[in-house]
Amino acid sequence: MTTTTTRTSTAGAASTRRTRSSDTPFVTFEQANRRLKWALLAPALGFVGLMIAFPLVFTINLSLTDAFGAVNAGNSYVGLQNFADALTDTRRFWPAVGRTVTFTLGAVVLETVLGLALAMLMRKAFRGMEIVRTILMVPLLATPVAIGILWMLILDPTNGIANHLLGFVGIPPQEFLGSVSQSLPTLMLIDVWQWTPMMTVLLLAGLTTLPEEPEEAARVDGANAWQRFVHIILPMLRTTILTALVLRGVDALKTFDLIYATKGPGGGSDFEAETLNVYAYGLTFDYQEYGLASAVLVLFTLFIVAIVVVLRRRTERSAS
Amino acid sequence: MTHVLRPRAARGIELSRRSFGVLAATSVLAACAGSPRTASPDAPLRVLAINHVWTQAISRYLPELEERIGRRVSLRMLTADQLTSSFNVKLNASATDIDVMTIRPLQDQMMFARNGWIADLTDRVEGDADYRWTDFQDAPRERSITAGAAVSVPVVTERPALYYRKDLLEEFGGAPRTLDDMLDIALETQRRSEGFFGFVGRGQRAGAVTQWSSFLYSFGGDFTVDGRSGIGTPEAVAAYEFYGRLLHDAGPPGATNMSLEQAMPIFAQGKAAMYVDADAIYSNFLDTSISTVTDTVGFAPFPAGQAGSVPHNIPSWSLAVNEFSLLRDDSWEFLRWASSPEMVARLQSEGIPGARQSVWDDPATLASFPADLAEAMRINAANGVGHDRPEVMQVGRARDIVGRPLVSGIVGEDVASVAADADAEFNDFLVRDNRQQEF
Repeated sequence: MTTTTTRTSTAGAASTRRTRSSDTPFVTFEQANRRLKWALLAPALGFVGLMIAFPLVFTINLSLTDAFGAVNAGNSYVGLQNFADALTDTRRFWPAVGRTVTFTLGAVVLETVLGLALAMLMRKAFRGMEIVRTILMVPLLATPVAIGILWMLILDPTNGIANHLLGFVGIPPQEFLGSVSQSLPTLMLIDVWQWTPMMTVLLLAGLTTLPEEPEEAARVDGANAWQRFVHIILPMLRTTILTALVLRGVDALKTFDLIYATKGPGGGSDFEAETLNVYAYGLTFDYQEYGLASAVLVLFTLFIVAIVVVLRRRTERSAS
Repeated sequence: MTHVLRPRAARGIELSRRSFGVLAATSVLAACAGSPRTASPDAPLRVLAINHVWTQAISRYLPELEERIGRRVSLRMLTADQLTSSFNVKLNASATDIDVMTIRPLQDQMMFARNGWIADLTDRVEGDADYRWTDFQDAPRERSITAGAAVSVPVVTERPALYYRKDLLEEFGGAPRTLDDMLDIALETQRRSEGFFGFVGRGQRAGAVTQWSSFLYSFGGDFTVDGRSGIGTPEAVAAYEFYGRLLHDAGPPGATNMSLEQAMPIFAQGKAAMYVDADAIYSNFLDTSISTVTDTVGFAPFPAGQAGSVPHNIPSWSLAVNEFSLLRDDSWEFLRWASSPEMVARLQSEGIPGARQSVWDDPATLASFPADLAEAMRINAANGVGHDRPEVMQVGRARDIVGRPLVSGIVGEDVASVAADADAEFNDFLVRDNRQQEF
């Protein structure tokens, strides 16, 4: 049997709670909702806990141990020794940090400049625009491993078509990914080839939302195209650019598959393309040094979080 | 505000804080509880194997085994890197969904045994007279034993072969018999400006170590000497310099980025006079769809250095049983069947070199190989050393260390100073690695 009554005051609610606690079968909708809310949230919370929080906590825990060979073997806590080992490693860790920063900055700056240029070109409708946009999106749709293998074949120093084409214009054959000095720039260019379309799409979306009046007013006042771009469009687009930089920058920092597919373990014979991600993977799967690998990953995570926080603050400041 | 009064039985959605906690804890415990410790009668025998001609060949005969054990066999193939990563991920979680594993005994076995991931097969291999454990060649059999226990059985063996262009080397009297002749011919035949090379081989830092090992042994060196690093010895430095000069002066550009996948097509496309790599890949040069040298390729034993011709002769792939498998008896049946004298003879007759001496002694099993390759394999097996990389726990790191002077040689840098530095680093590594081996 179900009976419904109306509560008229807070005191009444307290009274209801007391009444229920003394075993009367009354429960408010609020109480039922509150409990149901937790029950309904439980799967999502469990998923987040399992998929995000647990690995993070597990990795941090592992980074404080001397885990080697197997993570479930008897490991001992070594405090911050792994962090000290990583931070004092000038042969692999710091060069990997340098390459990670170089790769990210180089690739993202180029992608932003090219993406903005393409977005400006495609801002006004033109004949065949849909075809151009579709073609531009093609690299974005392919997986990085497939792209890596494709470019390996194109850039193969002996059998690749790139050197064949360079020969037509009198440029001597290049080693590209086979060279210690050319590997990282080549990888950056491949990344630019793949991800510039994404920057174009993001910036184009930002451009289409800009009001036309300020630019019209500047045109009436006699500003040329470059002046309108620098003094009107860029300042108005700053928030979009910063957002695109955060999104693409974080993604570029984490690049792994392209580098591993083209350069293999260690990022090449002289570790010439070894970024932090590739280094951590090698420590885990080639060396089975799980403790040190976890410490590197924790440092890498902190590094990414710091960059995101700085860029977010700049974005917010810019927006305000 | 409304109050809801319902009978206790009707409160289907009502959940007290305590009961919610109990429910959540129960769910977590249920999720974390291990799977049943016995396999279902319908469970397949799961084999996680390398994508290799051996696996492709054995898969054709699986119905024989399925009939014998009364259980379906599920065979999954991965590349070597994927396989190692898979084992690392799954066995770190004590996974029971792998029963039989193909492992690289010289790369993975010591670490897997230390981790307790592969089962001790000593009683099975030694206690079965029909299996004839002592029929396996000494080197592969010895590499199946870690810390006194047999933990794998070898199924594929490998040696280096000298692949050469018969048409081009005819004027030099055929394949070189010594390493010095090989260098001279490589330098004479190369026309690098036209895209033709005297020699091609692996050049990646870690990837090249295994093929370079035969050069090292033939110069009289080894990775370790009396438990200490051997890569700083004059013999090792000479081997580094020699291999570096071969690729630097007569090899293709970008050699330091070359593994098997990059080096092999160069020879197969007729762009190199000589190539040293595993004898197991010979069929690539006889396949008209990928090779332009099917009629001109020749096979020869590894050339002699100052210490003679001392190539490696190793078990490249072995079978092991997952320690956490719920089907250990059936897994052993798979190993026993796949490495039986009959199956090894059958597969060797199809061109896949095994590890049983009785099979090698039967000329009929070598009939499918080109005659000069069969002879080269026989000679290399007789002279061979049972390892092609440092015999340590952490092979990946060791290969990175010993491969450093190799890269210096290939790019034309001073090898001696880099070898001295790598030698010191390798000695430090060996001390740490020896400590890890005490398990």
